[in-house]
Amino acid sequence: MRSAVLTKGVPDFSEGAVSFDEDGHLERGKTPTVMNPNDAFALEAALQTKVRHGGHVSVMSMGPPGYESVLQEAMASVYADDLYLLSDRECAAADTWATAITLCSALEKYQEEVRKLDLVFAGFKTADGETGQTGPQTCWGLEWPIVTHAIALDVDPDERTLRAKRLVEGDVDEIETVEASLPCVVVTDPEFEPTYRKASHRLEHKRLRAETEARAESYDEHLTTWDHVDMNLDPDYIGLDGSPTIVSSVDPIPKAPSEREATMIEPDDRDGMERLLEEMQPFAAGD
Amino acid sequence: MADDGYEHYEAIVVGCGPGGAAAASRLADHGIETLVLERGVEAGSKNVSGGLIYAEESAPYTIDELFPGFREEATERPVTDYYIHNVSGRKVKTYDLTDLHEHDTDWCDAVLRRTMDGWLEERVHEKTSETGGGVLTGVRVNGLLRENGRIVGVTCDELDPITADFVVAADGVNSELARDAGLMDWEEPDEWFQGVKAVVDVDPDAIDSRFSIGDGEGVAHLFSGDLFEDVRGGGFLYTNADSLSIGTVFHLDSLVEQRAEPHELLDALLTHPLLAGWLGDEYHEREYAAKLVPDSKKVAHREPYRDRLVLVGDAAGQMQAQGPIIKGMNHAVTAGALAADAFAVTRGNADPEAAGRRYAKMLEDSGTMEKLRPRRYDLARTVGEREAVTNAVEAVLDSRVGSAALGNPVADRLLKRAYNSPLLVSMLPDTRTGYVTIPAVVGEELGRTIHWESEIEPPSLEERIGDLTYDTDVGNPHIRLRDESVEESGAAVYACPVSAEDFGGGCYRAETVKTNGTEETLVSLDTQPCVECGTCAVVADTEWEHPRGGKGVEFRQG
Repeated sequence: MRSAVLTKGVPDFSEGAVSFDEDGHLERGKTPTVMNPNDAFALEAALQTKVRHGGHVSVMSMGPPGYESVLQEAMASVYADDLYLLSDRECAAADTWATAITLCSALEKYQEEVRKLDLVFAGFKTADGETGQTGPQTCWGLEWPIVTHAIALDVDPDERTLRAKRLVEGDVDEIETVEASLPCVVVTDPEFEPTYRKASHRLEHKRLRAETEARAESYDEHLTTWDHVDMNLDPDYIGLDGSPTIVSSVDPIPKAPSEREATMIEPDDRDGMERLLEEMQPFAAGD
Repeated sequence: MADDGYEHYEAIVVGCGPGGAAAASRLADHGIETLVLERGVEAGSKNVSGGLIYAEESAPYTIDELFPGFREEATERPVTDYYIHNVSGRKVKTYDLTDLHEHDTDWCDAVLRRTMDGWLEERVHEKTSETGGGVLTGVRVNGLLRENGRIVGVTCDELDPITADFVVAADGVNSELARDAGLMDWEEPDEWFQGVKAVVDVDPDAIDSRFSIGDGEGVAHLFSGDLFEDVRGGGFLYTNADSLSIGTVFHLDSLVEQRAEPHELLDALLTHPLLAGWLGDEYHEREYAAKLVPDSKKVAHREPYRDRLVLVGDAAGQMQAQGPIIKGMNHAVTAGALAADAFAVTRGNADPEAAGRRYAKMLEDSGTMEKLRPRRYDLARTVGEREAVTNAVEAVLDSRVGSAALGNPVADRLLKRAYNSPLLVSMLPDTRTGYVTIPAVVGEELGRTIHWESEIEPPSLEERIGDLTYDTDVGNPHIRLRDESVEESGAAVYACPVSAEDFGGGCYRAETVKTNGTEETLVSLDTQPCVECGTCAVVADTEWEHPRGGKGVEFRQG
């Protein structure tokens, strides 16, 4: 099985890492870039396929040269075989449409020059854009079938099909099982969980981890960078110029009003605890 | 993959302690495809031992032969001096036990199991990978796979069932496979010891100077007498590279009879003035741990096999208490290696029990079984346990004449010789005479008085539990209390090493429940603080299983 996983570097929104200015704008320069958290599930799905059926996993990302560390992280976590960075000033400020065109061209180049792909994996929306469009739009360009919200996956290499469980949201979450032919795009849901119920699969997983540790150290030897010329892309159709999306304005979301006052009481503060109990007394009766 | 849809390996080894590691390593030596399944996050994370591993001159296998570099990489310090202290209050009489210790001993090292077993796991994985297998951690084998009533493999929490031509249960003292096969049970408290241990931080240079030893030397101290009241058992102290292993081991039936709290008995040792000089002013406990120990004299299985399954190490009750010296890991290594050899020579034999029978014979022929379960003990047992005899000896010792007799210089020499006689110490009856009365009288009559004071304040049970690492399997407790009555399960409240009377944060607690005007005391269970020792499986009415792979307590020292 030959797979490609699409990933993106996003600001690290985790507590302590992210930095906002006074107006509530993200300070990109002060916030580290990390792999989009949802992409971890796409990587896990690709790894599961590789562990079960063997093959090769390439990780691909569009972004500035600084994304190399993101790709290295992806290699270490998914035991990827090689990395592709689509990096060009012309690609900057792309919306989902222009990004999808870039990714799609890169995947086509990969198939022509490297090898035909069986599967392309993408994560469910990025932590910064939150659109969830890029994966499906890329698939539209490839003209492949797509399975979204995948939470479990089983590939049959002989029949060249895959079966997936999809989480269908509604008033009550439902799970449907679908089948698709290969090649296929799979967008994983954050509920995706790889399953390794065979000892041989777990041993293979362990072997790949050991093998990849050294590879991720020297990841740059396995990194290919393509610019718009390599991908034969017209600058008018990529980056800011190729993006039909117009952001007219951004309204900061006001902070939620805090109407209630909080009083901190330390657990060993005896008097404070007594006051607390007095305060709670009236409610004890169910009033 | 076989036709029945199950994954198949030639051999499966359950558990990657010394027994499992030895078995897997030898199986790989024979070119056998071997899968090792270990439930801990890493081998050693579920293992506790007092801390001495022996290499016996008479043993067919030793761990350093199977794993070159073992002593350099995986152990703490060798034991170069060995003492036993007979304690009576503040009076202590010390005997040099080195002769007994060195009897049949090639070498003996103190170990911490996380380091040791973790190192073994890597070696085992390397070796078994070469023959198509490997080690998987975080996988709990929960039972035996049977076909037409015959054992053909194992079932797991995390994996689909796997078949094998040979299954080695090296899954420890609470072996679920041994119980599933009907070979072992958890019925009689007098078949078990319970050990608790504290690993205490001490600077390596301080160890050298306080114990008057050089680099690359180590000591073992044993303690008996009245510092544990009337509970039958004793204490130990071993030197590690930069810590001390200090613990106590008691007969489980005695703990139950005396309603003793294991952690308090450990504290009695830790705070005895004798230890004050060794522990220094700063007491920092790295880890509190506990373990159940089978008494091989009573439970070592003479035919530890069924169908394709063989039992190895603690799972087969192969833990020898040679008087004060406890040998377990060395026998597990021998048994594991012999089991592997037994399978190798009977490979291809149509009879599924051929390997098991050969293994049992090899245990006998190598003299291992005689060490574990001496036939003379089986004969002497009936005498040793006759209360009339015991009471007579006690009465004499308690009298002035008896005490004086023990106190004269001739008795002193005889006692030293008696303590150092492998035969005599293995024959000591399991009564308070050997454990409490004689040592206390010796200490009283011959001992010198320790004058310094101990200022050690061991952590509370709550602090000890708080310092342990757990990955709790929320909503899926691994022990169920079948009978909540005090009569059936009340003993767990004090015998469990992480429970205590009047302590609400432990596993077991007694609670008074008022219903319709009547008051009743019931036992309740919260498995969160469980250290998976198995004590409650013996002393209370429970359904006892290990937690799922990777869940539960994780020992960092062991």
